[in-house]
Amino acid sequence: MSDHDNLPSFCHPAAPKLLFGVFFALIFLTIFTVVTSASGKWLGIPPAFTFPIAMMIATLKGFLVCAFFMHMWWDKGFNIMAFLSSILFAALFISMTLMDTGHYQDAIESYDVKQMPKVAEQLADEA
Amino acid sequence: MAVADTHSLNDHHDDHGEFIAHHFDSPEQQFDSGKLGIWLFLVTEVLFFSGLFVAYTLYRNHHPEIFEQAHVFLNKYLGGLNTIVLLFSSLTMALGVRAAQLGKNKNCAIYILITMVCATMFLGVKAVEYSHKWDMGILVRSAFELTYVHPEPTLGIAKALHISDYLVWISLIPALLFGGFLLASGIAKLTDKSLCAKFMLGMAVTISGYFLGVVVGLVFMAAVEGNGDEDHASLRNANQPIALLAMTQETQTEAESATHNEADEGDHADDHSHQHEQVFDKHHPDPETLSRDVGTFFSIYYCMTGLHAIHIIAGIGFLAWLYWRSLAGHWRSDYFGPVDYVGLYWHLVDLIWIYLFPLLYLID
Amino acid sequence: MVDAKTRKQLFDTPETHFLNCSKGFKSWAFTLDHKRIGIMYLIGVTIALFLAGIFALVLRTHLWTFDGATGMSDDMYNQMFTLHGAVMVFSFIIPSIPAALGNIALPMMLGAKDVAFPRMNLASFYLWIIGTGLLLTAILTGYGLDTGWTFYTPYSIETQTGVIFATFGAFVLGFSSIFTGLNFLVTVNTMRAKGQGWFKLPLFIWSLYATAIIQVLATPVLGITLLMLIAEKTMHIGIFDPRYGGDPVLFQHFFWFYSHPAVYIMILPAMGVISELISVYSQKRIFGYSFIAFSSVAIALLGFLVWGHHMFTSGQSQVVTLIFSAITFTVAIPSAVKVFNWLATLYKGSILLNTPMCYALSFIFLFGIGGLTGLFLGALSTDIHLHDTYFVVAHFHFVMVGGTLTALLGGVFHWWPKIWGRMYNDMLGRAGCFLVFSGFNLTFFPQFVMGSRGMPRRYASYDPEFVAFHQLSTVGAFILGLGILLSFLVLVYAAFRGPRCGSNPFKAASLEWQSSSPPDFHNFVHKPVFNDPYDFDSQVYDEELDTYISREFADPATVPPRKEPVHH
Ligand code: HEM
Ligand SMILES: [Cu+2]
Repeated sequence: MSDHDNLPSFCHPAAPKLLFGVFFALIFLTIFTVVTSASGKWLGIPPAFTFPIAMMIATLKGFLVCAFFMHMWWDKGFNIMAFLSSILFAALFISMTLMDTGHYQDAIESYDVKQMPKVAEQLADEA
Repeated sequence: MAVADTHSLNDHHDDHGEFIAHHFDSPEQQFDSGKLGIWLFLVTEVLFFSGLFVAYTLYRNHHPEIFEQAHVFLNKYLGGLNTIVLLFSSLTMALGVRAAQLGKNKNCAIYILITMVCATMFLGVKAVEYSHKWDMGILVRSAFELTYVHPEPTLGIAKALHISDYLVWISLIPALLFGGFLLASGIAKLTDKSLCAKFMLGMAVTISGYFLGVVVGLVFMAAVEGNGDEDHASLRNANQPIALLAMTQETQTEAESATHNEADEGDHADDHSHQHEQVFDKHHPDPETLSRDVGTFFSIYYCMTGLHAIHIIAGIGFLAWLYWRSLAGHWRSDYFGPVDYVGLYWHLVDLIWIYLFPLLYLID
Repeated sequence: MVDAKTRKQLFDTPETHFLNCSKGFKSWAFTLDHKRIGIMYLIGVTIALFLAGIFALVLRTHLWTFDGATGMSDDMYNQMFTLHGAVMVFSFIIPSIPAALGNIALPMMLGAKDVAFPRMNLASFYLWIIGTGLLLTAILTGYGLDTGWTFYTPYSIETQTGVIFATFGAFVLGFSSIFTGLNFLVTVNTMRAKGQGWFKLPLFIWSLYATAIIQVLATPVLGITLLMLIAEKTMHIGIFDPRYGGDPVLFQHFFWFYSHPAVYIMILPAMGVISELISVYSQKRIFGYSFIAFSSVAIALLGFLVWGHHMFTSGQSQVVTLIFSAITFTVAIPSAVKVFNWLATLYKGSILLNTPMCYALSFIFLFGIGGLTGLFLGALSTDIHLHDTYFVVAHFHFVMVGGTLTALLGGVFHWWPKIWGRMYNDMLGRAGCFLVFSGFNLTFFPQFVMGSRGMPRRYASYDPEFVAFHQLSTVGAFILGLGILLSFLVLVYAAFRGPRCGSNPFKAASLEWQSSSPPDFHNFVHKPVFNDPYDFDSQVYDEELDTYISREFADPATVPPRKEPVHH
């Protein structure tokens, strides 16, 4: 396009066609995910799969938004790495705590609420 | 080794453009800095939300049953509607960035206005959802107190429109803002401040998006309720005490056999000594399990969607700033950074919703 | 080459500089100048240090006898140590080196005019004020705060002291810290001087960069943790509160996911300062530059994998405990790498034992002990015994006070002449350093012994068996306090009355010394020449200016030949 010729090097307008294309893909995926979850049984999708499918669709949508709406496709590698690292660290946070709490759930389940030590409010009430 | 550049002694007034800050050498350096800055800010946002995702993952993994019980109270079609609204706002935002990059300030202003309208519309739908839940006593864990009948509205407007009292109260703020912006726009017009008048009018239009959202949300809910499809049937059933009773008893016996193996009857009665939970005893035998578990889901639901809504509101603030600057015609192809940065923020808010939607609404 | 007049203009003490280029309250309160913001931060953290230091002295006085010498109630004691810890950690030590010293030095070391986002920099300072204010409101409102700086649930949910104020304060302080970190990351990435590649950066910059990575990645988690705690306290959302089906240990995961990395926010900048000091005052190229540089980043990243070592006795599962213990040991490796490199730098250097160097040497010693005792705590079997005893207290004071505070003082003495253009009294400075060092050891060394014999931490009264140790510790604390006070007075006197000094009195080679002292408002009057920060031969003495200047500016007639060829 001619009006792009004299743009500075850091300015990359995305083509409207692309943006609209991405948008319609996103809408399609949204409807698709609602449908699969609402009538998964009806479509013959085993219940165990509906959630992973929903998450996969969400990730695909996330990819589209990041790559094109957020211009990551054209962005500097460093910026992309910075952003993706946040997801890595969040995943670390989630996985380690999940692993640990998974091991002591029994202790929590069997914890008897009525044996809780008295709380400050109760003590204050009694006093 | 480089040689000292002493020619520029004391010469700090380089030929900087209007919006290039003094400590940057070039528009490019300024843009790159801002861009890296905003990406890092998004990093902090992701990690900020991560705490809630941790809570979600843990409770869902350790108590999947409560998530299955709870999700019937969420209307996936309203959630889907809101997803589409946000996606559309992302599109207009991206188009707005493009317009700014090409220096088309007028187009940029229009796109940003549409983005803002979508944002408030999202909040409108959310307000319908929240007020509906509050009506049913679906609150955070400690206040969770399911009442199966909607309370009769008491406010005049609420009665007239057949809507919830809560919805009226929430809508008060946007209503006041709407009036305020219109008034401000009128005053600005009279005093010949045309930029200000335009801006205020745009903000009034923005706020009107909220009411659009409320109307659409109400209509949508009514429609979904009308056509009794499979999903809604379960929702309506869930609102029946019988269904709830069955559900809770099921989990209760499960829980009991798992953990309270040795607990005798006397022990058990003591479990419900908390005051707020005694209220339940009127409704059914053992609300403890339901209240504890489903309430936790809604604690997480409110934390996540609430924090997300706060981000939307903050986003509207940033967008309003861009709207003003677009009207003032600030963007050029070598200076469009702010639009790009706010755009990235806006897309991130959208991105988080893209995950929240299946996580909260599409549990089956 | 440059003529004498230009030289004078560049390096002699200027008439107008950043300190006097504008005057009045507003010119400071609304300044965007990183140097002024740095100075304001320095004043702020000093106030926090003195305030929390007074709390500490009250605690130590109370512990003079085993049943409490001050007559303070046990509740009061709890509040006292909580405020001491919370103010020291959140208001003093975390912002101390990065936001005060880093703010002043970082842009200048890059030859830049300012940080990338000056407004955000100022905002960071105001958030610091608000956050510290909120922390302190807990006292002023009379509620106090008695949870310990860690805010552990379920106690923090139940106590009726000012947890909400305090946590909100810490939340705000977290954002202040994020702003600083984000700013530094961007500044280092985009605003380096021409020719200044990543491996030509001073090591202080590397350490600030690594710190900033942690600030950006970990601090948001503190933010959400504290918000969730506030929600739990006000609305009982049932995530941490066991009365509502929540999991109190989960809070510890949340808290330490931030707070272990945060201990590296505290120590990494200190290590950076030490790398500069050791090299400058040995007048020797730093040994193993890239090892030190990468070890900073390694510490920053590994620091995210060990948080569970604070939870060995909290009911954490065994599998996870094992993993965390194993990784804890690996974190010690990059720390040790640094220590060995510093020692190697000292070897055969021409060592100048002035005040900053004295601090640097005491750092190496104290940090060494602090780090090594960390390994005792990281080992599962010993930690079961030592957890929640004075051994832990001694461990973290060795790294935080012996490490960070010592490095802060060393760094302040190092850059003080740059900031004010005036020299301090070195004799008194060293006397202060001696008091700090000996007072510190006297305070905390006995605590190792007590701790390993079972003296628990956070107790207002104790078994008479420990009286002697506690009394030694209390005496030490007052000597330490005296040392800090003396250093403070030496510095303040120097800032206003000290003799004038030239632009580069210590023959340092990093870029900030290429400006006049005090620097110009724009940092450099000229565009600075990139200089290898560890090539001390690049600086030559100029008689007329009575200071060291870069060879390229010097009078060619008087420049001595290079001792070693230029290093690339
Ligand atoms: C060299 C490597 C280090 C190792 C292996 C290490 C290990 C540990 C361990 C295992 C604990 C838990 C002890 C317990 O509560 O039972 C601990 C506590 C602590 N460490 Fe370190 N540490 C190291 C360096 C540091 C540094 C550099 C700092 C700060 C600048 C620091 C600050 C702290 C603090 C503040 C605590 C106590 C937190 C509390 O419970 O209040 N540590 N350390
Ligand atoms: Cu740790």
